Amino acid sequence: MKQRHAAAAWAAGVLAVSGLCMQAQAQAQTSTADGIAQYRALLADGNPAELWEAKGELLWTQKRGPKKLSFETCDLGQGPGIVKGAFVELPRWFADTRRVQDLESRLLTCLEAQGFNAAEIAATPFGRGEQVNLEALVAYVSAASRGLKFNLPQGRIEERQMAEAGKRLFYFRAGPYDFSCASCHGEPGKRIRLQDLPDLARSPGDGVGFAAWPAYRVSSGELWSMQRRLNDCYRQQRFPFPGYASDATIALASFMGVQARGAVSIAPALKR
Amino acid sequence: MRAFPKLIALAAALAGCATAPGPQETDRLTQAILASSFREQGIAKLDRLTQDEAQQACSAEAPPAEAVAKRIEAAQFATIQWPADGVYLGDWREGEKLAQNGRGMTWSDPEGVPSGGNCYNCHQLAKAEISYGTIGPSLYQYGKLRGVADPAAPAAREMVRYTWGKLWNAKATNACSNMPRFGHAGVLTPAQLRDLMALLLDPASPVNAR
Repeated sequence: MKQRHAAAAWAAGVLAVSGLCMQAQAQAQTSTADGIAQYRALLADGNPAELWEAKGELLWTQKRGPKKLSFETCDLGQGPGIVKGAFVELPRWFADTRRVQDLESRLLTCLEAQGFNAAEIAATPFGRGEQVNLEALVAYVSAASRGLKFNLPQGRIEERQMAEAGKRLFYFRAGPYDFSCASCHGEPGKRIRLQDLPDLARSPGDGVGFAAWPAYRVSSGELWSMQRRLNDCYRQQRFPFPGYASDATIALASFMGVQARGAVSIAPALKR
Repeated sequence: MRAFPKLIALAAALAGCATAPGPQETDRLTQAILASSFREQGIAKLDRLTQDEAQQACSAEAPPAEAVAKRIEAAQFATIQWPADGVYLGDWREGEKLAQNGRGMTWSDPEGVPSGGNCYNCHQLAKAEISYGTIGPSLYQYGKLRGVADPAAPAAREMVRYTWGKLWNAKATNACSNMPRFGHAGVLTPAQLRDLMALLLDPASPVNAR
């Protein structure tokens, strides 16, 4: 009797300990995620992206470049100089360039109008030269649509075709690791290490995925545009290098933007 | 006269067809976009955009037809190179290091540096490592759950070979697996694969520890 008691107590103890272990592990997991969430909440009050926004606002009105022009003649789709609401309707088709353009390729068009060499800027590495000003401009332009819902125009065949090509590219597997965008972003609720992955095959929801870039990255202290985000995705996919503002990046943005229809933009967001 | 509205409706429908992007047209556009958008950088050359049969068949939202998947799996299975000396397991300690290492084969990686296995990016393995991804299934207790008490025993042979095949070419058993073909694509060497095999199957490995 005594022995049975002891055995039962031992078993209960083992169960309790193993239960504790499991609990402790679950806590370690959630506390990591919670810690990140808390950190984000603390920083969100003063997202450093605001520094880029302020700089972008100055650049927007400044007369610059060989032609001494400001961006007040720059049409992002809402009319010359109009910033509010532009971000959540890009990429879209533009009559003057006869192309579907995302925010950054459109800004290149405007920089060219100011007399800058767009090809040269596109070939400049991220974080250098005129690319630094582009970071500020995308922060400013995206911030002007904060809280608005994505609503990419799809009225033109060129726009529908670009989104459809973007879908093909999203599922395009290649390279030594056989990765496509969908390898990481094709299912809900997945992670790489502890990093949550947005499911970009569907609408990931308000302020997630396409609706969260550009973003300030705490880990690097930089502001990353959607072009830079896509560029680093392709690097990790073990693909060759996608050109800045190339059609592949615009097509992918069109696909993700159409998927994100109705999602509220929080860009520039705050990332780990 | 009465047929007129119908004709107009038909013409409108046809015009609608003409303005909707056809799949072949979209294919051509996608190919043109791929050809114009990328450049080589470092070790990442443009030939990486050329798909093989398995990649091509698994590049759509919907998986390929079952017959196609079976054909791919058979073809991929034929590519598996089995260890010539019959030694399948190396050192689980080296395997754990490889599992932690996510480097290799990007355009920012230098030429000739051995790649890591990327395992923890997608899988749970040793219990002590809580920073693991969930794209792949948990591999905690991998060998134990599959009844591998002694990897060298004949009873374990089938599971040992299955695991080697999975690491060498994951598409041999699942045509559109998300997992890279580590042996087939030359990402990892046979010696590295042996160390990962030990991490999964050695009873002394933390993967199989309680």
